Amino acid sequence: MMEGTVGLIGYLKQGEAIMLRQTFEREMQRLQDELLVLGSMVEHAITDSVEALKKRDLEWSRQLVADDRLINEKRFQIEADVLTLIATQQPIAGDLRVLASTLEIAAELERMGDYAKGIANINLMIGEEPLIKPLIDIPRMAAKAREMLHRALDAFVRRDIEAARAIPVEDDEVDNLYNQVYRELITLILANPKNIDQANHLLWAAHNLERTADRVTNICERTIFTVTGQMAEIGKEHSGYRLG
Amino acid sequence: MIRLNFELPSLTLGKSAALDASNPSAEEDSYALEVRNLSVYYDSFRAVKDINLKLPKRKITAFIGPSGCGKSTLLRTFNRMNDLIPGVRVEGEVLFNGYNLYAPGVDAVEVRRRIGMVFQKPNPFPKSIYENIAWGARINGYRGNMDELVEQTLRQAALWDEVKDKLHQSGLSLSGGQQQRLCIARAIAIKPEIILMDEPASALDPISTLKIEELMRQLAEKYTIVVVTHNMQQAARISDYTAFLMMDEDRAGYLVEYGTTAQIFTNPREKATEDYITGRFG
Repeated sequence: MMEGTVGLIGYLKQGEAIMLRQTFEREMQRLQDELLVLGSMVEHAITDSVEALKKRDLEWSRQLVADDRLINEKRFQIEADVLTLIATQQPIAGDLRVLASTLEIAAELERMGDYAKGIANINLMIGEEPLIKPLIDIPRMAAKAREMLHRALDAFVRRDIEAARAIPVEDDEVDNLYNQVYRELITLILANPKNIDQANHLLWAAHNLERTADRVTNICERTIFTVTGQMAEIGKEHSGYRLG
Repeated sequence: MIRLNFELPSLTLGKSAALDASNPSAEEDSYALEVRNLSVYYDSFRAVKDINLKLPKRKITAFIGPSGCGKSTLLRTFNRMNDLIPGVRVEGEVLFNGYNLYAPGVDAVEVRRRIGMVFQKPNPFPKSIYENIAWGARINGYRGNMDELVEQTLRQAALWDEVKDKLHQSGLSLSGGQQQRLCIARAIAIKPEIILMDEPASALDPISTLKIEELMRQLAEKYTIVVVTHNMQQAARISDYTAFLMMDEDRAGYLVEYGTTAQIFTNPREKATEDYITGRFG
């Protein structure tokens, strides 16, 4: 009697698991690809906005402001896809954590896009005025933030928690550059109060880049959550919340 | 014959040496069933092996796992339904309020009164709705007002409003979902402590299924419920605890993971659990 109830599947061991949910797996993969496309759009926006500022290319900045709409649309599309997958496929456990993290990361990326748009607007506000200083540290901040973002997204798709823990440490480098820019601009203001408007604008641009790097840390935290179920700030894992 | 009448242990059970040993501590008292080193054999074939589990009182525990992993076999050991199958042998213990259901002399009929069961396919008696409830109570010696018992029980089973005007029609005239609620009513009419449910909604449409699920949540305020289900979302929706079983290489079912339903469905510890509940195998 028992023979009949023992299906082939009963003999399958871990690792021999057949692909039962190919459609779902394909959708998850597509969603991840979309997230990487969004990431790439934001990476370009970060460095392009600073490059346009450095080159005083107002036309480019106008284009970057307009293109932020594409980033927003991509984020909304990812959000809609995640909700559709939740509604139609009832993902649980690890799959659900991936989708929750995807929502969160898409939101982080969209905000980074807003920061880049902010920098493009700053270029437009400075307008035809010559820069009060050559831009050196601000492009360095942008390059570092972009590179951290790239590696953070790579760590997410590879579920690499070691990398996810290591990347946020490099945020100190961005913070140090920000402090340097800050001191320099304050010095310029003290030297000539007429610099105050542009110095303020440039400080705002640097601040946006500093915040961008902070958001990279949030992405890394989501990678750790995806793998472990642990929701915590990096470096303070003991004080977080563990799912389950 | 040992009556499982522990409400007055000093009076009825105080002189039994076998039962003196089982003086449940406060902690044990919070469990309706405790399974210790349980194995079940069909002749020489071991269907379930080395199960250790504690099922909390007035909670819903779901058993999930692929077909043939022994979920139903395990469930049936909890009220000795396996006794009815020739060749079945049980090793280990199932403690009910501290008393081993498999101790010599325990009355299996009494066990089934205290631990009721609802099956996959609704199976009302071919009698009136009223009699479906009254019959069990009557043969168990109920002497109170039968009309009151029938109404109260049908209300508890969320069926009263639908059947109050046709209590003397056949139970078989009801829809599938109503028949299943009638079977649940029949089970609770004799005041069990535990209700075992083997795929109670798998033969029902989605609305009837949700009614059964809602009813189970309400019943969990008074009863301990153990449910076998193939429907993962159902287990997630209704249960407080989930046990995942699967088949080992020797084809015996074993317990892979047991935890709160929130934990099992958001962050299972075992890869096998994750693979099964996310639909990667099984």
